[in-house]
Amino acid sequence: MKCVKIDKKLFAGGIERLQTSYRLFGPVKDNNFHDFQALHVGETPDPTMLNTRLSPKSIVYPQSELMFEYSLDDSKKDSHILKEIVADNSPRVVIGIRPCDAKAFLLVQHNFDTLEYKDPYWVRAYEATTFVGLACNTPCSTCFCTTAGSGPFHEAGSDVLLVDTGDYYVAKIITPKGENLFKLAGWEEEAGSDNAAGEIENLKQAAEARITTRVNTDKLREKRTTDLFDASFWEEFAFSCINCGTCTYVCPTCWCFDIQDEVSKTAGVRMRNWDSCMYPLFTYHGSGHNPRDNKTKRLRQRFMHKLKYYVDKYEKGIQCVGCGRCIRFCPVNIDIRKLCEAMNNFEPAQKSI
Amino acid sequence: MLTYIDKIRQIAEGFLKEGTVDMVIGFRRGTLPLMNEPCLIKRPEDVKKLVWDSNCGINLANYLTNRKEKIGIVAKGCDSRNIVNHIIENKIKREQLFIIGVPCKGMIDRHAIEALFPSEIEEVVEDESRIVVTGGGVEQIWSKAEVLQENCTICIHRNPVVYDELVADLVVEQKDVDRYEDIRRIEGISPEEKRDYFNDLLSSCIRCYACRNACPLCYCPTCFVDASRPQWVGKSQDPTDIETFHFLRAFHCAGRCTDCGACERACPMGIKVRVLTKKLEKDCLELFDWETGMDVEKRAPLRTYSPDDPDDMIR
Ligand code: SF4
Ligand code: SF4
Ligand code: SF4
Repeated sequence: MKCVKIDKKLFAGGIERLQTSYRLFGPVKDNNFHDFQALHVGETPDPTMLNTRLSPKSIVYPQSELMFEYSLDDSKKDSHILKEIVADNSPRVVIGIRPCDAKAFLLVQHNFDTLEYKDPYWVRAYEATTFVGLACNTPCSTCFCTTAGSGPFHEAGSDVLLVDTGDYYVAKIITPKGENLFKLAGWEEEAGSDNAAGEIENLKQAAEARITTRVNTDKLREKRTTDLFDASFWEEFAFSCINCGTCTYVCPTCWCFDIQDEVSKTAGVRMRNWDSCMYPLFTYHGSGHNPRDNKTKRLRQRFMHKLKYYVDKYEKGIQCVGCGRCIRFCPVNIDIRKLCEAMNNFEPAQKSI
Repeated sequence: MLTYIDKIRQIAEGFLKEGTVDMVIGFRRGTLPLMNEPCLIKRPEDVKKLVWDSNCGINLANYLTNRKEKIGIVAKGCDSRNIVNHIIENKIKREQLFIIGVPCKGMIDRHAIEALFPSEIEEVVEDESRIVVTGGGVEQIWSKAEVLQENCTICIHRNPVVYDELVADLVVEQKDVDRYEDIRRIEGISPEEKRDYFNDLLSSCIRCYACRNACPLCYCPTCFVDASRPQWVGKSQDPTDIETFHFLRAFHCAGRCTDCGACERACPMGIKVRVLTKKLEKDCLELFDWETGMDVEKRAPLRTYSPDDPDDMIR
C-alpha cells in the first residue's frame, strides 16, 4: 500500500488546490463544539478536535432532503406528477473524518445499497464522496471502537487514512478515489514504506492501548430473539430515558427516516426527514393503534435493532461503531455499553426473578 | 451538600422498610463525570445506590406524571415547585407522595465546564465549595459558584416548598437577584434585531426534543408538533417550523415553568432555550404577581378568571 508524507506546512496549500475539484467538508469549531461544515477557501479542518458532536452522516444523508416536487395547479400539463429533485451530487470530500465514522457509512450501506433495493439519494451522494480519514492518536474515554468492529486506526470506509506524526501527516492511500484526490492536492512525496508502516504501527498500538472501555458482543448472535425481547432488564434501563431523539440523531449508524409532503398553495414537495425510534409517532398506525406505546418498548427497539436484529440479519456484527456519542450526549446517561453487557450476558432463567 | 446522601439513604430506607412508599425516585451515579442518572429504587437494600452531589440537575418531577404508586421522591427547590405544579394540574396526588426535601446550593453546568476545560474531562471531584477537574494530564480547580448552571445562579427558591422530610437545615436564599437582565435586553431591541436574535438562537436546533422531554410540564399525550391528524407543524429543518415549536412550547409553559433549567441542561446543542420561557415567567410575575409552584392551593393565572385581570379583553 502506498504511503505519502505531507509536511503540515504544505497541508493548507493542498486543501486550497482541492477546492477547485471538490466541495470540501471538515471539522470546524463553533460554539465550543466541533461539527462538520463546508470548508470555505482558506479554511482547513481543525486538528484539535477529538470528534465532532454530530456525526458526519448528514453530508451524505441530510436531516431534511427534498425528493420530489409537484404541482396541484390543474391548468398545468404536468400537474399531479411527481418530478424527482436531484441534489447537487458533484464530487465532495470529507477531510478529517474519524475511522469510526467512516466505518459507519459501510454499516449504513447494508440498508441503503443492497442487491434488491437501492436508495438513489443515499447511493448517489455516497458515491460522490471521498473520505479522508484521520486516525485517532487520543481516543476519548467513551470510545469503545476496538470492540465494536472499528478502531482508532481502522481503514475500512476511508479512501485515505491520515496519521498525525507530529510535523507530518503520513497518509495511507487505500482506494483509487483516494489516490486521485491526493494527486489533485499535489501531495505526492512518497514516504519510505517500511519506516512509515513502522511509525503508523507504533502510534496505532499506543492509541489502542488508550481505549479503556470495551463491549462484549460474542454471545448476541446465539441468543434467542424472543428471550432478549422479554428480558426483565428493559424496564430498569428505560426508567430514566426521556425518549428524545438525541441518541439517534447524533449516531452515525442510525438511518431511519420519515416521508412528508408539504404543500404551499399549489406547489408541493415530497421530502424525507430523519426520524427516531424513540418517538411515539415512529410506529403510530393510521388506525390510531401504536404497537410501541411506551418508552420501554421504544428503548428496547433501539438496542434490539443495533445489537440483535442487525447482527442476525446482516451477520456483520453490531450496528454500532463505538463512537460513544450517544453516551456523551444522552441527557440522562443511558449508556449503550451497559445495555450491550446486559444483552450479551442475558440468560432466560433470569426471567423468573 | 455532599453530606446529604447519608440522610437521603436513611430516609429512603425507612420509607421502603415501613412500606410508606412502593418506590423511591432519586439519582444514582452515572457512567460519566458530571452525570448522575435518575433511578427508581424499590428494595431497601438498594438505597445505597442513591447519590447526591452537584450533578443532579435533571428535574425528577418529570418522572411522576400519572404514576399511581406511593412514591418517595428526592426534591430540590425547583423539583418541589414542579411537584406542586403537577399536583395542581392533577398529574399526581399529594397523598401519593413522600417528599424528601433537599435544600439546594446549585447544580454544576456541565456544558460550561466541558467548554472551559482544555482537554477531555476524565474525573471530577467536588467538595463543599470547589470542584477539581482532571483530564489529559491537566488539572483545573473552580469554585462551584463560578460554574453553576445559569438558572441556579439566579435562583431564589433553593429550599423545597413542600416536603415531608428534610435532609438538612434550610439554606439561606439568595437575595437581591436580578432574574431578568437578559430578558430586558431582548425586550429592548428592535423587531428586526429580535428576529435575527431568535433565528440565531435556534439555528443549530436538531429537533431532538430533549428540551421538551426533559421538562416536567411537557406531559401532553400528543405534543402539537407530533399531532398527525391534523398535522399542525412541518417536520423538516425549516427554520419556521423549528421556531414554531419553540415559541409555542414556551407559551404552553407560561405560568407553569419554574426555570429549573432541565431543558437547557438536556440540549445536546447547547441552545439557550430558557430565554423563551423566562420572558413568560417575567410577564406572569409582572402582570399577575405570580410565581409558579409556591402553593398547592393556588391555580395558575392562565387557568383563573379574575375581574381584576389587567387585560381589557378578558374583563
Ligand atoms: S437514551 Fe438518552 S438520548 Fe436516547 S432517547 Fe433516551 S434519553 Fe434520549
Ligand atoms: S450507537 Fe452510540 S456508540 Fe454506537 S455508533 Fe451510534 S452513537 Fe456511536
Ligand atoms: S434539546 Fe436543543 S437541539 Fe433538541 S429540540 Fe431542544 S433546542 Fe433543539
